[in-house]
Amino acid sequence: MNTTIMLFLVQDGITNGAIYALLGLALVLVFAVTRVILIPQGEFVTYGALTYASLAAGQMPGTAKLALALGIGAFVFDLFVARKALHGRLIVRSFVANIVLPAIVLALTVYFASQKPPVAVCIALSLVIVAMIGLYLYRIAFQPLAHTSVLVLLIASVGVHLALQGLGLLFFGAEGQRGPAVLSGSFTAGALRFTGQSITVYGITIAFIVGLWLFFGFTLYGKALRATAVNRLGARLAGIRTTLSGQIAFLLASVIGALSGIMIVPITTLYYDSGFLIGLKGFVAAIIGGLVSYPLTAVAALVVGLVEAFSSFYASNYKEVIVFMLLIPVLLLRSLAAPAVEEEKD
Amino acid sequence: MQSRLPILIFALAMAAIPFVPGMPPFWIVLLDNIGLTALVAMGLVLLTGVGGLTSFGQAAFVGFGAYTTAVLSTAYGLSPWLTLPLSLLVSGSLAVLLGLVTVRLSGHYLPLGTLAWGLGLFYLFSKLEFLGRNDGISAIPPLSIGSFKMLSPGSIYYAIWVAVIVSALLTMNLLDSRTGRAIRALRRGHVAAEAFGVHTPRAKLLVFIHAAVLAGLSGWLYAHLQRAVNPTPFGAQAGIEYLFIAVVGGAGYVWGGVLGAAIVVVLKEVLQSYLPLILPGSGQVETIVFGIMLVALLQLAPGGVWPWLMAFLPERTRGKKPDTSLKLEQRTRASGQSSVLLQIEKARKQFGGVIAVNNVSFDVQAREIVALIGPNGAGKSTTFNLITGVLSATSGSISVLGKKVDRAPPQEIVKLGISRTFQHVKLVPDMTVLENVAIGAHLRGHSGPISSMLRLDRADEARLLAEAARQIERVGLAEQMHQLAGSLSLGQQRIVEIARALCVDPMLLLLDEPAAGLRHMEKQRLAALLRELRDGGMSVLLVEHDMGFVMNLADRIVVLDFGTKIAEGPPATIKTNPEVIKAYLGVAA
Repeated sequence: MNTTIMLFLVQDGITNGAIYALLGLALVLVFAVTRVILIPQGEFVTYGALTYASLAAGQMPGTAKLALALGIGAFVFDLFVARKALHGRLIVRSFVANIVLPAIVLALTVYFASQKPPVAVCIALSLVIVAMIGLYLYRIAFQPLAHTSVLVLLIASVGVHLALQGLGLLFFGAEGQRGPAVLSGSFTAGALRFTGQSITVYGITIAFIVGLWLFFGFTLYGKALRATAVNRLGARLAGIRTTLSGQIAFLLASVIGALSGIMIVPITTLYYDSGFLIGLKGFVAAIIGGLVSYPLTAVAALVVGLVEAFSSFYASNYKEVIVFMLLIPVLLLRSLAAPAVEEEKD
Repeated sequence: MQSRLPILIFALAMAAIPFVPGMPPFWIVLLDNIGLTALVAMGLVLLTGVGGLTSFGQAAFVGFGAYTTAVLSTAYGLSPWLTLPLSLLVSGSLAVLLGLVTVRLSGHYLPLGTLAWGLGLFYLFSKLEFLGRNDGISAIPPLSIGSFKMLSPGSIYYAIWVAVIVSALLTMNLLDSRTGRAIRALRRGHVAAEAFGVHTPRAKLLVFIHAAVLAGLSGWLYAHLQRAVNPTPFGAQAGIEYLFIAVVGGAGYVWGGVLGAAIVVVLKEVLQSYLPLILPGSGQVETIVFGIMLVALLQLAPGGVWPWLMAFLPERTRGKKPDTSLKLEQRTRASGQSSVLLQIEKARKQFGGVIAVNNVSFDVQAREIVALIGPNGAGKSTTFNLITGVLSATSGSISVLGKKVDRAPPQEIVKLGISRTFQHVKLVPDMTVLENVAIGAHLRGHSGPISSMLRLDRADEARLLAEAARQIERVGLAEQMHQLAGSLSLGQQRIVEIARALCVDPMLLLLDEPAAGLRHMEKQRLAALLRELRDGGMSVLLVEHDMGFVMNLADRIVVLDFGTKIAEGPPATIKTNPEVIKAYLGVAA
């Protein structure tokens, strides 16, 4: 192996690792706040990526309609829960947030889809659509189960993943898609060639890590989310609306997922079911980070990306085996180092 | 102690199904699939629902079972009946390997860890040359008895359902035994179980192996039903699916696994065959509907369908009273010359900068009731945890009958005859009082998992339950013996804990606030019981806040304040000790 190949592999690994880091962060966030292990995170990735690619190709993405359908569902759930104490303001607020908003976005999507919009518009629309899907999904699927065990939430999460993946096939077909680069152009530094796309990936990942750190460290909402993560009941007693925390977590996760998708799709072809595996690699990073630590998750994600890049060069057949088996020694170390603490479950 | 009648009826019904005239062969295929899935789900019920260990990796064990027989019966021409034990052995021993790595993980690491190796193994199946890579292995011989070959789905049907029903019986036998109680206690955390001698990592590994062997059995049957294997059915998706089958059916119930398998297999089939008629032309509609139905089902019945169905049945009277005439042999007493049972010398425990216990020394003699008192946060419960091995002291020493036990784990301490209750009650709420108390006698029984499954443990089991029943009667809860522990009042639950501790046949009883939550009469009865125990030769060390109770009962009192011993002596001197009054009432007094 010469230096050029090695540098190339390192660069490739870091680019992928940055994406895994973002996804790992989102998973940690959602788990900490809602106790949901977000398997549909991968679908947020593909939805974001394929919505973006479809729009850029001048096609109408089905996800915009899904957002409206889910919004209607969320509206019905809101009304049903509040049926004993319905009042005008609540209905109007729920109607605007759950129906008017996605309807406007759908109208915009229909309008733009026919005329090959600029990249920025495509990105904005894709993000908004997937963000709404994430938000309404929480309302419909997870909020009613918020009091149940991690296991039940996990199974519900699997159900959502299956439904979304099936819908993905319906919307985007079995063909893979690629999207236009977010930032075109490139420059070389020594033996390395940096594309605008990879620079974007690094930039956005760093921006998000810093952003999340600022959000959780210095804003009231961020602190409320952390409080919810530590103790739900305690947070509620302190006046924090835990449903709101859940909504924020899902909103962030879906935006992060969609953004990751938009960043990958110019580099690799994505299919309707590619998200699952990408999401799982984010998981690997998140587990190594212990599902609690953001910086550790980010570092772990880079390691996962690098291991993947190098094993795809040396033993491409066993790439996935190596990446997932990477966890075993990590888990072993963690279990040996784990303090004997009592956990009260149920 | 459940009646076997419903199972017999079920078995007969299943045996009769193929003979129903006009039974479509396709239904038999479905039933075959349900049986195969049910085997795996049953293992998950034990692992996840009962033991609290969530695993996504079960599909990999099915794969081990299937590939073992596939390779051995094609490449080496072994008879399928010979490969059966080998398939189970491979699944079981890989479960030991993977289990050693994973079962010690706590909380959410465990499910994610299993997901990771499940995926890794799936890719390994699809890459290895001798497993046929993605194409897998075909032309696997069918099962045969003599010249009768089980080629049709109808003929292997019996093999599958015999396996399901036998496994269900063995699993239920296991749960209703000494080992089973240890497994059922796992989900509630390990401190209580370990205080009575249960090796929790070993119990976890055991359920892990049990679930893997059931999965391996399913894989072996699958290979001979399909007569071909490829990696697809052993991937992560399948692992996830097995788990939700168990959850949908009711993760805490053996038959919930079977019911869940039936629901999911039938539902998928119905969706696959009828949905295209309603919504023609669209791709994976059944997956979408299936996912939505799964979420809806969980919102309607988060505990699963089986317990929801069972709630409609009239409540059955719970078990009969054990025969208390059966005697359990006494624990062999450690021979020691000294009359000092417990000697604590300069015990110290620091948590970071906080000194919870600061160089505390005291002892407990034979036939003595010693009370450990002090304001909240004085370090009383920490002292208990140091004595019982839950925590290890930063410095200082603790000896039992003159022998140092500084680093001994809880399981070793209880073997010396020191048993305890907890300040925060640690019972298993969905087990009866009798079963909870019987955990206390864990070390006095001998039957292992295999003999429990085969019901060879009944004599041993009857003696354990008799001892538990005797101790329950002794503390005055005979009426509540067959109620669920979670349904009792907090005060009664504390008394149940005392009965459980007495089942150890202890020489020293450690009681952490036993009188909290008791009414006046109950406290008097408790005091009388403790005096009776002392007069019978036992020593008691108790932490208690009710001063009236302590002053009338204790022979000697040790007072802690901020982790430091401030006084020791008989109740009369402690009452007038200025240091003690200051600690409790402030300076002015």
